[in-house]
Amino acid sequence: MSTQAISKIEVKNVFKIFGDRADEALQLIRNQQSKEQVLSQTGCVVGVNDLSLSIGSGEIFVIMGLSGSGKSTLVRHFNRLIDPTSGQILVDGEDILKYDMEALREFRRRKISMVFQSFGLLPHRNVLDNVAYGLKVRGESKQLCAERAMQWIETVGLKGYEKKYPHQLSGGMRQRVGLARALAADTDIILMDEAFSALDPLIRAEMQDQLLELQKTLHKTIVFITHDLDEAVRIGNRIAILKDGRLIQVGTPQQILHNPADEYVDRFVQRRAIAV
Amino acid sequence: MFPDNLTFSIADWVNGWVDALVTNYGDVFRHISDTLLWAIVSLEGALRATPWWLMLGVVALIAWHATRRILPTLVITGLLFLVGAVGLWDKLMQTLALMLVATLISVLVGIPLGILSARSNRLRAVLMPLLDIMQTMPSFVYLIPVLMLFGLGKVPAIFATVIYAAPPLIRLTDLGIRQVDGEVMEAINAFGANRWQQLFGVQLPLALPSIMAGINQTTMMALSMVVIASMIGARGLGEDVLVGIQTLNVGRGLEAGLAIVILAVVIDRITQAYGRPRHEVSK
Repeated sequence: MSTQAISKIEVKNVFKIFGDRADEALQLIRNQQSKEQVLSQTGCVVGVNDLSLSIGSGEIFVIMGLSGSGKSTLVRHFNRLIDPTSGQILVDGEDILKYDMEALREFRRRKISMVFQSFGLLPHRNVLDNVAYGLKVRGESKQLCAERAMQWIETVGLKGYEKKYPHQLSGGMRQRVGLARALAADTDIILMDEAFSALDPLIRAEMQDQLLELQKTLHKTIVFITHDLDEAVRIGNRIAILKDGRLIQVGTPQQILHNPADEYVDRFVQRRAIAV
Repeated sequence: MFPDNLTFSIADWVNGWVDALVTNYGDVFRHISDTLLWAIVSLEGALRATPWWLMLGVVALIAWHATRRILPTLVITGLLFLVGAVGLWDKLMQTLALMLVATLISVLVGIPLGILSARSNRLRAVLMPLLDIMQTMPSFVYLIPVLMLFGLGKVPAIFATVIYAAPPLIRLTDLGIRQVDGEVMEAINAFGANRWQQLFGVQLPLALPSIMAGINQTTMMALSMVVIASMIGARGLGEDVLVGIQTLNVGRGLEAGLAIVILAVVIDRITQAYGRPRHEVSK
């Protein structure tokens, strides 16, 4: 696949351990102890366990796993909402863990944006101000903010709602606002943390189509988190499957469906076969 | 009987400390006291010089701006007119001035402290027991040293009022900021908002109902201190209540007492109306 030639995000041997005795726990997990053993011996929870992967520029990369598999924790490493206990994260070849607060803020303002599962909209601002938030934070002029925000509001199909407040919108519309906010920031990378999981099936399918339609012209690098294999297969160029913070398999949807790496992946695939 | 060899007293130590404070830093406190006194006296002068009808007009305007409804505005203005009608207008203005200054100081101290305490669990752990002490310690206990430092009159009354009235504002500011939705904070962080943008763009606006409830509580508690304040020489409505008790003039005491209640109701309604989110009012 040509899009994989240049890697946009590279994750190298990342561990994330939650708890007070993280160093000790790190030693144990490096010595091949299981997640349960680490928990019983140190009281620490292993979020991400020795994970390495590379995400190509312009692809939709889906990270999939059940709840508790560490996928939401992992995606928060890409914009450093969570810092890893150990390991390396490169974006465009730069080590983002070396950034100080100022550089990190600049990185979040220009290069990476995010869509959240429960939207994370500002309840006291109307749709227009919410969509323009990323632009406003980085100090763009009022006029540019309003213009760009209006343009994206139209693109996601919310024209006429720009003066409404989030509590006046339905779930699907709120997530369109969340999506427009991330797109308006015009960053290379968009992280989507279970962005469509809170929506009902019809709206969800509609949003997936819209995302694919937009991606045809935008060619952003999108990291999409989901627990739903259907969704993953539908929108992903490549899929990574996580279990207990470990990477089980990475591949195109076809590879995942036809050559499941182990019984865990196979169970996902079987469930889907039954459902279809 | 509790054994003698296990008892001890901190009274002498505290007395010595307060004495030293008065002798060594008396001038500093005198200076603070004079500045504060000047502020209260100017405000009181301005309020008392304002014609009563203008004052009522201003209150009516504020009430209208806060509630956007005719009936509450009329009731608020009418109640204040009633206080003037029983001849307590001048004292009402004195009490109002005292309360406004005390509230202003409480806000200037309380909101920044609340913001800091929302940011640091350690500060909060230290602050909360301190606030408990400030609220439960009988006010006469700290009135004595305050009197020694600032003398009789309005200034110690202000201090006593602030000590008693600031805690709810600190608590509610802290609570309001802590209750801001975690995902909203995460989202604005992910878009690179700095601390200033987080605080003024999101945390304070979203905590506003809670902060306004705190200001409301502060004004209410400040008003409940006016009678005690009058015991140490502050003039105003509390003075009439005190005289009413001392001369067994129940009627006079009741009049002044009702005037305090009316002032409380007026301020309560106005601050509560400001605490409601704006865009739901206009809906």
